[in-house]
Amino acid sequence: MSAPAKTSTPVEPAAPGARRAARRNKGIKGNTLWFWVFVGPFVLGLLIFSYLPILWSLVLSFFEAYNTATPSKFVGLRNYVDMLTDHNFLSSLGTFTIFAVFIVPLTFVLSLALALLVNQVKIARAFFRSVFFLPTACSYVVASLIWKLSIFNGVRFGLANTILGWFGIDNIAWLSTVSPPWYWVPLVTVRLWLQLGFYMILFIAGLQRISPSLYEAAYVDGAKPGWQVFRYITLPQLRSTSVAVLILNLIAAYQAFDEFYNLVGNVNYARPPLVYLYGISLGSIQDLGHGSAGALILAVIIMIVTLLQSRILGFGKAGD
Amino acid sequence: MAVSERTTGTPQPIGFSQSTAGRIGTVLRWIALCIAVVLFLVPFYLILRNALATESDITAPSWTLFPSHLQWGNIKELFNDSTVPMARALYNSAVVGILGTAGQLLLASMAGYGLARIPYRHADKIFYAIVATLMIPGAVTFIPSFIVVSSLGWVSSLRGLIIPTLFSGFAAFLFRQYFLGFPRELEEAARVDGAGYFGVFWRIVVPNSLPFFAAIAAITFIGNWNSFLWPLVIGQDSSSWTIQVAMSTFITAQTINIHELFMAVAVSILPLVLIFAFLQRYLIQGVTQSGIKD
Repeated sequence: MSAPAKTSTPVEPAAPGARRAARRNKGIKGNTLWFWVFVGPFVLGLLIFSYLPILWSLVLSFFEAYNTATPSKFVGLRNYVDMLTDHNFLSSLGTFTIFAVFIVPLTFVLSLALALLVNQVKIARAFFRSVFFLPTACSYVVASLIWKLSIFNGVRFGLANTILGWFGIDNIAWLSTVSPPWYWVPLVTVRLWLQLGFYMILFIAGLQRISPSLYEAAYVDGAKPGWQVFRYITLPQLRSTSVAVLILNLIAAYQAFDEFYNLVGNVNYARPPLVYLYGISLGSIQDLGHGSAGALILAVIIMIVTLLQSRILGFGKAGD
Repeated sequence: MAVSERTTGTPQPIGFSQSTAGRIGTVLRWIALCIAVVLFLVPFYLILRNALATESDITAPSWTLFPSHLQWGNIKELFNDSTVPMARALYNSAVVGILGTAGQLLLASMAGYGLARIPYRHADKIFYAIVATLMIPGAVTFIPSFIVVSSLGWVSSLRGLIIPTLFSGFAAFLFRQYFLGFPRELEEAARVDGAGYFGVFWRIVVPNSLPFFAAIAAITFIGNWNSFLWPLVIGQDSSSWTIQVAMSTFITAQTINIHELFMAVAVSILPLVLIFAFLQRYLIQGVTQSGIKD
């Protein structure tokens, strides 16, 4: 049904611009009021709990602030210099980098593989999808608990060591063995278990958007089913999903906290930036000045990496 | 553990007739699929096994598939253990989960509707200000947010746990995109009947958008229930621990009996299993929507 034609201005339902202009003529005041009734509470909350904290943190990062959220002594850029030369902070960035090198490609390949497997199954597809998706609902705390106390419990008991025992391999103290760095096995697998299903769902959605006619065309052109079709049809068609998966995945890896905190705690050999920042700003000495500076450095790094990544991957898309 | 899933064989799109090679591929794919299913279900089995086992079953040097006997009393023991604020933690998590989800849906849907439908000269600027917050990685803002919440005096309170999490720029963004695609004809019909923005929103738009609300609600509730860093920062007193913080405290301290801890895990994932059973379709829809955006 179309709009009532009682105004002198012609109202075209298909042209939102004209419609908006017509509405505006009817009563700017009423619309403005209603706009703020709808959007105002949200914007107010955003100002208090998003913009204000970031500004406050920015101010605090230039001050000394131990055990207080009130800036006490102006120190200029010293907090930033301290953090950028702090061996522990730099090594936490190194820990993150190693983690990302493991987790990003593994998550990408395995979630795509799961999506392809599930998508090709003709019976019980919903069952398989559910099984792989189910861990997504579990928390990192729950998963860490199973990993730490049941699967990778190092010395006495635990599933992993039991299985190794069948092959005559000695018990491994998974979470505390630094050389070789066995602690990465539980840290990486716990995240894979928790998040593969999420990315699998994104890939399945992407696969289902690919037009079957493309596959028919490839078949007519003589492409061999299997690797060729995957390489030249499926993968390029999944480009935008792949970019989304890589970026989401990298950001999520940068924000790693829960599993590191619960599996290995605040230890110097495997401490991502957030665990370190949590330790210095909310630990025994509440050093909020250095904590704020570190958090801002981290935020800037994440934003730069994200922009670079989307730019590099985005260029590939434009060239297609 | 999950590494063996890489033996996926060659992927083959639907729509091709199967050759002999294709049939071998199918068998390999089924094997890969079954291995993956087992690997994904093992942790769930371990929760069940350990939640119903005795402490000596769990800590025995030689691991067994089944516990020596099923000990249903673990659940009673967990809630009667006076050193563990389990009931309180569950209550806190439920309040945070329910009120947090309801509040976030209300605020974000109204903001999204206003941005999508109510003409206002500066609407674009407001929208960009909201989208800009998405650029700031969520977890690195815990220090500044803690500063604000502690100066409001909300540390160790349910207010401090819930209110700062309500203003999700991402949810507002999703609702705006959704409402932009909402059929205008439905709204116009109500407008002719004299309804204002509020009436149209509550009586026409919301009732006709329940699947979308369910999708965002499922995602939000699971996120709230599983949230760890913020409740850890705010819950400095055990009376304000959520279930996640309570469990974490006992993993690191290990002062709780291990079979009780696994029973706590089983209890903590129960609401999520129920959501999964009843809302899976919406949950998947929500994941797809929230993932596609970036």
